[in-house]
Amino acid sequence: MTMAQWSNLLVYASMAMYSLAFISFAVSFAATRAGDLGAGAAEPAGQPEPATVGTGASAGSSSAASGLDSPADAAARARATARARSTEVEAEMAAEARRGRRGGGRGSAQPQDSEELPPGRRAANIAMSLTWLALGLLIAALVARGIWAGRAPWGNMYEYSLASAAAMTGVFLGVSLRRDVRWLGLLVTMASLITLGVAVLLLYNDSPQLVPALKSYWLAIHVSAAIISGGAFTVGAAATVLYLVADRAERKPDARISHAIAARIPDARSLDALAYKVNAFVFPLWTFAVIAGAIWAEDAWGRYWGWDPKETWAFITWLVYAAYLHARATAGWKGRRAAVIGLVGFACFLINFFGVNLFVGGLHSYAGV
Amino acid sequence: MSTGPTVEQTPGADQQAALTADWGGERRVRSTPSGPKLGPMQWLRWGWRQLTSMRTALVLLFLLAIAAIPGSILPQRGTSDLEVNNWIDRNPSAAPVLDRLGFFDVFASPWFSAIYILLFVSLIGCVLPRIGAHWRSMRAPTPPAPRRLDRLAGARSWVVDGGDVLADAQAALRADRWRVTRGTGANEGSLAAEKGFARETGNLLFHIALVLILVGVALGSLFGWKGTVIVREGNGFSNTLTQYDSFSPGRLASAQALPPFSFTMTDFEATFERDGSQRGAPRSFSADLEYVAEPGAPVQEKAVSVNSPLRLDGAKVFLVGHGYAPHLRLTDSQGTVVFDDTVVFLPQDGNFTSTGVVKAPDGTPQLGVQGLFLPTAALDEIRGPHSTFPAPDDPAVFASVWSGDLGLDSGAPRNVFTLDTEGMTQLGLEALRPGESWTLPDGQGSLEFVGLDRWASFTISHDPGKLLALLAAGAAIVGVMLSLFVRRRRIWVRADPVADGTGGQPDPSAGDTLGRAVRVQVGGLSRTEAWDVTGEVLDLVAALGGPVDEPATHDRERADDPAGPVDEENLT
Repeated sequence: MTMAQWSNLLVYASMAMYSLAFISFAVSFAATRAGDLGAGAAEPAGQPEPATVGTGASAGSSSAASGLDSPADAAARARATARARSTEVEAEMAAEARRGRRGGGRGSAQPQDSEELPPGRRAANIAMSLTWLALGLLIAALVARGIWAGRAPWGNMYEYSLASAAAMTGVFLGVSLRRDVRWLGLLVTMASLITLGVAVLLLYNDSPQLVPALKSYWLAIHVSAAIISGGAFTVGAAATVLYLVADRAERKPDARISHAIAARIPDARSLDALAYKVNAFVFPLWTFAVIAGAIWAEDAWGRYWGWDPKETWAFITWLVYAAYLHARATAGWKGRRAAVIGLVGFACFLINFFGVNLFVGGLHSYAGV
Repeated sequence: MSTGPTVEQTPGADQQAALTADWGGERRVRSTPSGPKLGPMQWLRWGWRQLTSMRTALVLLFLLAIAAIPGSILPQRGTSDLEVNNWIDRNPSAAPVLDRLGFFDVFASPWFSAIYILLFVSLIGCVLPRIGAHWRSMRAPTPPAPRRLDRLAGARSWVVDGGDVLADAQAALRADRWRVTRGTGANEGSLAAEKGFARETGNLLFHIALVLILVGVALGSLFGWKGTVIVREGNGFSNTLTQYDSFSPGRLASAQALPPFSFTMTDFEATFERDGSQRGAPRSFSADLEYVAEPGAPVQEKAVSVNSPLRLDGAKVFLVGHGYAPHLRLTDSQGTVVFDDTVVFLPQDGNFTSTGVVKAPDGTPQLGVQGLFLPTAALDEIRGPHSTFPAPDDPAVFASVWSGDLGLDSGAPRNVFTLDTEGMTQLGLEALRPGESWTLPDGQGSLEFVGLDRWASFTISHDPGKLLALLAAGAAIVGVMLSLFVRRRRIWVRADPVADGTGGQPDPSAGDTLGRAVRVQVGGLSRTEAWDVTGEVLDLVAALGGPVDEPATHDRERADDPAGPVDEENLT
């Protein structure tokens, strides 16, 4: 078997894992009752991240266990310990305040005061593990593909789509290390599955070779920045959609579907804050991707900006996300309107990614698709 | 919130989000004039305020995005003139209107320019006053600590006996590069620390950098120039205006000052994918050039390919396209060779089905050839003659020879790639392989397909603004990262003497704090939306030996409060 075939096999295995993860997230979603969501899933803006709780606590205990230290070290560790413990305490306090009872609970993930996990929680935990597995398989597929082709594995639309699916899952799992975002898993695994499905069914490319325009070290820089941006834009858009649902539920007492969903996700305010953080993280990266593309274009085509359709839509995407960031600071535009602008920005990104290659053409329409 | 922070630090002010906190917007919009009588100066001022308001900036950002869309859908002049003409031919009713409105040259149209110029004026009008405001705020002392800090993030309160807690706090905060202001007068016994001024610095840097990028673009388009030229294998180019196929100088560029280099293309290679789903996709292009940087300079060699331009002093030579140049030899009725050269054929599809024209005005009579070149020839009933692969596996020229008047004598400019057959008669149609010769009917002469060469097209450009644009782009990235990732936040520390040493309300009548019990209060406030300062407050509490592990002051109150949690996010 060639590395390409291994890669294909790994892609299929990854898709199988994504499907199982998606089903588990769906089961979790269906089985979750409003009360089960508990404290930690819903985090108001500004509350200490639970991840600091886990890692910090272990760091704290290990430093406590270690014996003699240099004074400087000891001071530093004392700081870390203090910080970790206190953050933990605060997280607990907030969690308890919301549950309306005392005792138990290290954060929300493992409530020690209940023998059995609520069914929704167990399915969500399984789903998270499956998502990690799916991402691992997908990264292995990309690595195999890269070894086979002898270059960065995002040289055509097929590979770009694979890498994009990995990026959106990676951003989601990265965020999940810092806060409990399992409620976002359903949308993220769905988006990843769709991206992989489109890649395998419509965009499959069996050539390791690149078109001449892509033979440059800028491929590794510009395209990877665009891919990670795309992954984060996707996660940001998923959080934004859920924010709009939660917001609708809070405004309209009789919106039954919105209420059913809102009961299973955090409150509108924390969703808004998460969506904002993700989009604010990705905006500089997208700026960099556009500028890196311009530098590359100067080297390849003799001009750094030529209003090629891909360039134009990258610019439009950038403008709309800039508008999103500004809208959040403008009276009358905060909240829902800003969220809609964020979704328009994501739509522009999708047009840039798929639409321009498939329907418009131009210098970026490589290798058939 | 009676004991909360002062007005300036209310949560409302903290919600001023990331990128451009308020761009002066909210305040200014509200200050629209209500009075009926406005003098011209007031109107001017009102208009300026409207223009520099955040709302206007938002609208302009959107308008710019929308205005760019037609430029990505309709073909544009300068990049795809041929497609523009085809589009106009296909849509005779809509095209003239669209053309007059500039839809085929969107990015140079008055309306597109108007939007971005307004946007930049709005941006400058907003950024300039903010530079001054930021400068003053960096120099102004942080507002003093409120009397009670217990509602702030990470609030802790404890009692120490003796020692100078404020001095310790100041040292710890300074070591972490906080800007510390010791309270004086009525605020004696407190300190205020602030950090994260780089947020606004970055924000301003980002917006100034955007202006500089625009300046770089403008410099490039005013003083730069750009030309394209097609060169056949074995032929040369020297950098003078007359040698270009097209040349677009900047408005202030001097065409006389072109750098005096020249080159000859000795060879051109192109390879294509032969198997699989990507069959026919290009894999490599390379043009071997021999060049002299200036007359008298030594001859140097360079293989120019797509990502590897020839860099010369004052210009870069980029490979942007290629095609086939069959060598044709045309003999007229007198037996005179009236044309004997390679001819540039322009590709019409991905397999390089190409069209080209030969005009022989010296023939008796004048002769013209309309040709179709196929690198891998195929013929079927539906598509007629066409090419099935871009490499010259089975090259053929399908030639149609015409005799009569070429129409060149009128002096009107003629497209070298089209033959005006009006006033000419077709002598015949024939397919020729390399080396084959076709004798025209009735002794009108002959046409020979001698051999096959290639051509390459080059863009040669000079852009004096690109270095500025690059540096500004770098500054923009640094600026936007600072403005989004740095958090502006404050920490306050109070040390109030207590009478009984067990806590309780501070006793303002107590005099000297040294050697007496002191109630220490610490709390923080994030001035950046969606971020928390608790961790840093607790670092300080730990450094001062305070009760990190105890719940925050407000949580202790809350535990006894059946009404549930207070509006926590207001505190962060």
